[in-house]
Amino acid sequence: MTSTDLVPFMLRRPGAPFPPPEYADFRERPGLVKAALPSGETVWLVTRHEEVRSVLTDPRISSNPTHEGFPRPSRTVGAPSADDVPGWFVSLDPPDHNRFRKALIPEFTVRRIRSLRPAVEEIVDRSIDQMTAKGDSADLVEDFSLSVPSLVISSLLGVPKVDRDFFEEKTKVLVTLTSTDEERDKASEHLLRYINRLISIKSKRPGDDLISKLLQGGLLTPQELSGVAMLLLIAGHETTANNISLGVVTLLQQKQWIGDERAIEELLRYHSVADLVALRVAVEDVEIGGQLVRKGEGIVPLVAGANHDPEVFERPHEFDPSRSATGHVAFGYGVHQCLGQNLVRLEMDVAYRGLFQRLPNLEIAVPLEELQFKYDGVLFGLHALPVRW
Amino acid sequence: MAGISVDTGKCIGSAQCVLAAPDVFDQDDDGFVVVLDDSPSGAAEAAARTARGLCPAQAISVHD
Ligand code: HEM
Ligand code: SF4
Repeated sequence: MTSTDLVPFMLRRPGAPFPPPEYADFRERPGLVKAALPSGETVWLVTRHEEVRSVLTDPRISSNPTHEGFPRPSRTVGAPSADDVPGWFVSLDPPDHNRFRKALIPEFTVRRIRSLRPAVEEIVDRSIDQMTAKGDSADLVEDFSLSVPSLVISSLLGVPKVDRDFFEEKTKVLVTLTSTDEERDKASEHLLRYINRLISIKSKRPGDDLISKLLQGGLLTPQELSGVAMLLLIAGHETTANNISLGVVTLLQQKQWIGDERAIEELLRYHSVADLVALRVAVEDVEIGGQLVRKGEGIVPLVAGANHDPEVFERPHEFDPSRSATGHVAFGYGVHQCLGQNLVRLEMDVAYRGLFQRLPNLEIAVPLEELQFKYDGVLFGLHALPVRW
Repeated sequence: MAGISVDTGKCIGSAQCVLAAPDVFDQDDDGFVVVLDDSPSGAAEAAARTARGLCPAQAISVHD
């Protein structure tokens, strides 16, 4: 096959959790690989670490879905833009993007995130209490992994404790496979209405939370703030949940790494759940890895490809926390690199400490071959994870 | 020994540098990078070079 033949996309991960085996072949080819999305659109796939980083830092390449040619992955109507949802800054390019990032980073500094540890510990503890109260087995995805990030974000946003169950229930509907489109639309409408009400309450009676501080900061309008809150919720929910669950599977298979801090970074690299999240379009002609990409052509930098590039990570398919996994692009790269990344590291650390210390006999309740992986969404993960303790 | 400079205009507050080289970099209250040691040597210098490679905004320069 030459590099001009079209490959069908998306690809599966038969040897889960590894990225599709085709990526290794793509990395060997000169230039980039042209692929056809289920919609029939063609896009350029980028699988080498160096080129994924250069795509994500090139000012001639845009994150804005309103540009002609922006990729639309399967089964979604396409990414929202800041035109649809004011405050949806992940889809803005600099300089429009700068104001949002500047407004938000004080809430996500290393120091600030460290100060959240006790609150995250309380959430993890409570979630384990609730899960274990039901018996000696559970679906870890539903009963733990999805709850923790939703509760953490609601605490960050300043959702009062009495409303957290409502908030958690609605956010779960958004990411549950069996929800219908109608249920999803309704849940996101409820959440948006709730967030708008919260913003108006916080503007009268500010607290010590992100929404109050952003309102006081005055850099964003209340309408933008509601888009920002929805973005934080959606960007930080299933991504984190999938990582927590996949990490439990991987750590239970290699128990010597439980409790080793280096495991977190390696888990992020190894699973690379957000493989199809950072979508781009060229807004000028640009050459990437010797390939001419024309203005208006879509680009998909595959972070799982980059994170399993043997040029950067030796024996990439081995889970080995003793390697230096920093430099992975599981959180993207460039100006859009994940705002929540230090919160994720904290949540994963607290979640594993809680689970493995409180449930030392935790085990997967089905043979590994029976685990149901998510292949068909934008994020890689598990549909369910039956466990017992 | 190496000289360290940063372009706070480019910084997006990802804190990669703070995690990789805590003796050399910190974040101010606004989340932007600040240099704690602008001429590190030894292990701190090596860590600063790693941070330069990790910085997603390419905001860190290391001068020999
Ligand atoms: C393991 C969990 C997570 C993964 C793998 C992940 C991955 C990513 C990736 C790949 C991007 C870059 C998107 C792009 O370049 O187009 C991103 C951006 C972003 N993430 Fe995360 N994320 C995670 C958790 C979170 C959490 C917990 C939050 C918030 C609390 C969050 C908030 C954001 C935001 C706001 C952006 C946009 C940043 C910008 O445009 O400047 N993420 N994330
Ligand atoms: S790594 Fe770069 S972008 Fe991140 S805080 Fe440091 S200087 Fe800023």
